[in-house]
Amino acid sequence: MMRVWRADLHVHTCLSPCADLSMAPRTIVAAALERGLDAIGVADHNSAGNIPAVVGAARQTRLAVLPAMEITSREEVHILAIFGDLEAARAMQEVVYQRLPGENQPEIFGLQVLVNEDHDVLGFEPRLLAGATEMSVSEIVRRVHALGGLAIAAHADREAFGLLGHLGFVPPDLALDAVELSPHMPAAEFRKRWPECAALAVVRSSDAHWPEQIGACTTSFRLQRITVDELRQAFARREGRCVVNEGNEGASEPWRN
Amino acid sequence: MTVRSIVEALGLEVLNQADPDREVTSAYASDLLSDVMAHASPGALWLTLQTHSNVAAVAALKELIVLLVNGRNPDSDMLERAREHKVTVLRTSLPAFEAAGRLYALGLRGGA
Repeated sequence: MMRVWRADLHVHTCLSPCADLSMAPRTIVAAALERGLDAIGVADHNSAGNIPAVVGAARQTRLAVLPAMEITSREEVHILAIFGDLEAARAMQEVVYQRLPGENQPEIFGLQVLVNEDHDVLGFEPRLLAGATEMSVSEIVRRVHALGGLAIAAHADREAFGLLGHLGFVPPDLALDAVELSPHMPAAEFRKRWPECAALAVVRSSDAHWPEQIGACTTSFRLQRITVDELRQAFARREGRCVVNEGNEGASEPWRN
Repeated sequence: MTVRSIVEALGLEVLNQADPDREVTSAYASDLLSDVMAHASPGALWLTLQTHSNVAAVAALKELIVLLVNGRNPDSDMLERAREHKVTVLRTSLPAFEAAGRLYALGLRGGA
């Protein structure tokens, strides 16, 4: 049966150097449930290291956890990748780690804490997760797709690390699945300013770095189950799946079919 | 030449001041943070239009002095981070090319 699923596809954990240390698996899951979310995407910068902990913390709750990653291209554009399972996310992590130079300096960029579901510290990720990979945007999108994942231009309209700010327009051969927009960018204005993206689905998410931000911005989907395959159908408006409201929760223009 | 003398010569705005008497030995212009981390000489004056808080982190890492061009407004957390790490942040209304040209005319070089 089709129903509406409300998701915040872009949530960081304490593994991201810029995220608050209180972004622990159980804290994240509790906040998501409290705010009535059906699903979250766990997307740390250039790592999948804390996904298993959040998946574990959400076990036996009604919250779906989608393995994700916010990957930095060599143009310093952020791509939000969402994967069908942990194995695909781990495979992407391997690719990213091979192409991610530098070591983290925690006193400057922040701590990168690997935890288990109970927030016990398992270690500190030594790589420079705040850095850029040596992969172009196109290569990242290709590799995410090769692993069955979805590639979304993260906060695409934002100047810092946004695709449109850095590249000016969406390259015509870039096979993005959707764009994530800032809360203040109306979808209609986005389509007017970047007509080459007019056909792309629009999502919004919190990009939460602090617990209170989780669910502050969400996207609703019409799906049977919340899986990567159904999300792909929703972005393409196939099989009755769709993005319900372009993420303007509460104050939306209806999705134009 | 010192930070102070550059500020006076170009009429720069000082958004955060760490050490006005510090010697500036070279300059680097780039808006890709990874490129700056890889290629800017330590201690250089860095011309950029990026205003994200990571600018302050990269500047702290390489002991750079930040010069925001085009009259850019730094994000509030960028200035916060700059204060925390004692990073000097300067601003000019000039575009990057003009600012670089004037610094070059003062005798500043890219230099390694």
